[in-house]
Amino acid sequence: MSKNSEFVKFDKVDKSYDGKVLVVKDLNLDIAEGEFITMLGPSGSGKTTCLMMLAGFETPTNGEIYLDKNPISNIPPHKRGIGMVFQNYALFPHMTVYENLAFPLRVRKISKEDIDKKVDKALSMVSLSGFENRMPGQLSGGQQQRVAVARALVFDPAVVLMDEPLGALDKNLRESMQYEIKHIHESIGVTVVYVTHDQGEALTMSNRIAVFNDGKVQQLSSPDKLYEEPVNSFVAEFIGENNRFSGQVTDVSKDKCKVKLDDGSEILANPITVKSNGEKTIVSLRPERALINTKDKMENNFKGKIEEIIYHGDHTRVRLNLLGNKDFILKVPNSSANMDIKLGNQINVSWNSFDARALDPK
Amino acid sequence: MSSETQKILTTDGIPLEVSLKKAEKKNKIKAFLLVCPLLLFLIITYVFPIGDMLYRSVDDRMVTNMLPKTYKAMEQWDGKDLPEEEVFEAFYLDYKKLVEEKTFGKLATQLNFEKNGFKSILKKLKRKMKKFEEGNYKEQIMGVHKRWANVEYWRALKRRAPSYTYAKYLKGIDMYENEDGNIVQVPEDRRIHKILWLRTLEVALFVTIFCFLMAYPIAHLLATLPMKYSNLLMICVLLPFWTSLLVRTASWMILLQQQGIVNDFFVMIGLVSDDNRPEMMYNKTGTYVAMTQILLPFMVLPLYSVMKTISPSLMRAGKSLGGTPFIAFWKVYFPLTIPGIGAGCLLVFILAIGYYITPALVGGASGTLISNQIAFHMKSTLDWSFASAMGLMLLAGVLAIYWVYNKLVGVDNIKLG
Repeated sequence: MSKNSEFVKFDKVDKSYDGKVLVVKDLNLDIAEGEFITMLGPSGSGKTTCLMMLAGFETPTNGEIYLDKNPISNIPPHKRGIGMVFQNYALFPHMTVYENLAFPLRVRKISKEDIDKKVDKALSMVSLSGFENRMPGQLSGGQQQRVAVARALVFDPAVVLMDEPLGALDKNLRESMQYEIKHIHESIGVTVVYVTHDQGEALTMSNRIAVFNDGKVQQLSSPDKLYEEPVNSFVAEFIGENNRFSGQVTDVSKDKCKVKLDDGSEILANPITVKSNGEKTIVSLRPERALINTKDKMENNFKGKIEEIIYHGDHTRVRLNLLGNKDFILKVPNSSANMDIKLGNQINVSWNSFDARALDPK
Repeated sequence: MSSETQKILTTDGIPLEVSLKKAEKKNKIKAFLLVCPLLLFLIITYVFPIGDMLYRSVDDRMVTNMLPKTYKAMEQWDGKDLPEEEVFEAFYLDYKKLVEEKTFGKLATQLNFEKNGFKSILKKLKRKMKKFEEGNYKEQIMGVHKRWANVEYWRALKRRAPSYTYAKYLKGIDMYENEDGNIVQVPEDRRIHKILWLRTLEVALFVTIFCFLMAYPIAHLLATLPMKYSNLLMICVLLPFWTSLLVRTASWMILLQQQGIVNDFFVMIGLVSDDNRPEMMYNKTGTYVAMTQILLPFMVLPLYSVMKTISPSLMRAGKSLGGTPFIAFWKVYFPLTIPGIGAGCLLVFILAIGYYITPALVGGASGTLISNQIAFHMKSTLDWSFASAMGLMLLAGVLAIYWVYNKLVGVDNIKLG
């Protein structure tokens, strides 16, 4: 047993600030050693609270958090040895980059030579060698971000927490920093708990993603599974784009079900949460899984009227009025074959029942 | 055609540069006219009075103007032996004129400041002068009183000849220029100003320290509490600002006097016996207590405004990186509040060093400060030039402190908000 699969363990954790509302409800979450796990969710979903409880700035109202099998609820933050990257970097503005990085080492009473070595190593890891004597205010946002990451890693913590660290950066920088953080994680193998509300960020960086809503983990799985196989309509809605049909189940078999939509038409879908006839459901279909004018044989074939066409370069987004859903989105790849996409045209749209996931009605 | 002229023209044909300058000139005049009233106000109410004060503190033309002939005649006198006849004659003529104008009293007062005993011999001279015959005034004046034949008095007279003097400044630090022209200290039992200066410095320093010690936690609380509580606390801090200074000082008098509430309480809980109540008023204690309370908001507000800008995540970062709460505070939070500490301390110290009403009311004899002495000379002795000199010394002291502060902390580091 080389790696501990329960390196960080949330065990039945509840958290309430005011004694009336639970911000985190019965949270059970195991994080393996060396894993990059992301807590993803809308604001107010409890993800940052979880992070703060792990860091020690909040205490669980109920339940216990274990770090490497030791309960940590009664350990103050400075004794937990957890590195943290804050939303706005939280670099000490009155200290140079060197002093910022040396801070966690100095409080640990490490010798001057070792401090110099470690700071050097950490700075070269984020490719900021030579910036030792700059003040944080003289650095760009991206550089400050790297200093913050280096500072959280310089004292070799077992776990590093990152609280929306890229939120303040512009798009290009954010993307390059995502890769950089991912590479650092891969090269040093530290356990990372990352909080974000940006699903793109979560999908690119993580080993596993925990989708939070309403104080609960809605789904915990790898990025591809999360996207391809959402287990409920919140996850389907929150991750990626999604076409929704609401209706009632009329016939359920093992891997297929018939759903009668609100406008009267019937479609075939993949029953995920529905069990019996008469249940209300929302059928979720990814835009790229519906094809137009295809020669392949598919189980669902319908005609829709083109309401809007938005050109995106590599693909074209087409908004259709289909089966009573006026916001049915299609992604049509940019190729010469699709010339009959014109406003007001009727086109054929098809998809497999497997890709149409019948989920809870919410 | 157009390539000949490098200048860009506006549509009217005027060069752009000229046109731009014209437009900007208008704006500059407008801006100046807008600040003009304030500038005038500052000059009239600030620059002019301070200039006048400086002038008054060194101005000594009163005696010079009263005895013009005498001082002209004295120019030749070397000051070793008694002056010649012509000096006596000039003095007689000047003094006679003053007697006729009935302003000789002022001269007597001024000369008596310079040397004791002048007043009586001037009065005697005035009485005897009516019978003076023409000529040989030296003999006649010396005959009035034997002090007139004493060269010391004539030297004292000559010392007042210059139109300007720094004697008031010397007096402010308990020194004077003696008969031989040396600057020496006044006798030990009369050195009151030195005590007052030191006490003023001491009170200002301690009030600043007390204010700092009390304001720091308050400001921290204000900056970190949730809005609904911090607003209430802020009102508590500001409430003294909205109350009259006199009312606040008077309420301290009610609290601190020997039969006051605090003493009653001490007696009630048995801390002191009824006939042994401590004096907390009309001494330095009263000054400390009342001034600290009154100046507290001046420390709280700059500290608060600086602390408000310090992100709470900095303290968290300090702790998560392994610093104990104390280290996180001392290495991270405290250094970031230094600009506020600097601003608050400087503000309180400068206000305290010139504080007047509170020490005057609760200070008693051992709690009065230099400002009370200045007021005393303004109102009672009417020695305005001395009051001005001390006021300027106070101003110079404040500027010196500001300079030292700038050297140590740097004025750029001050932050009021």
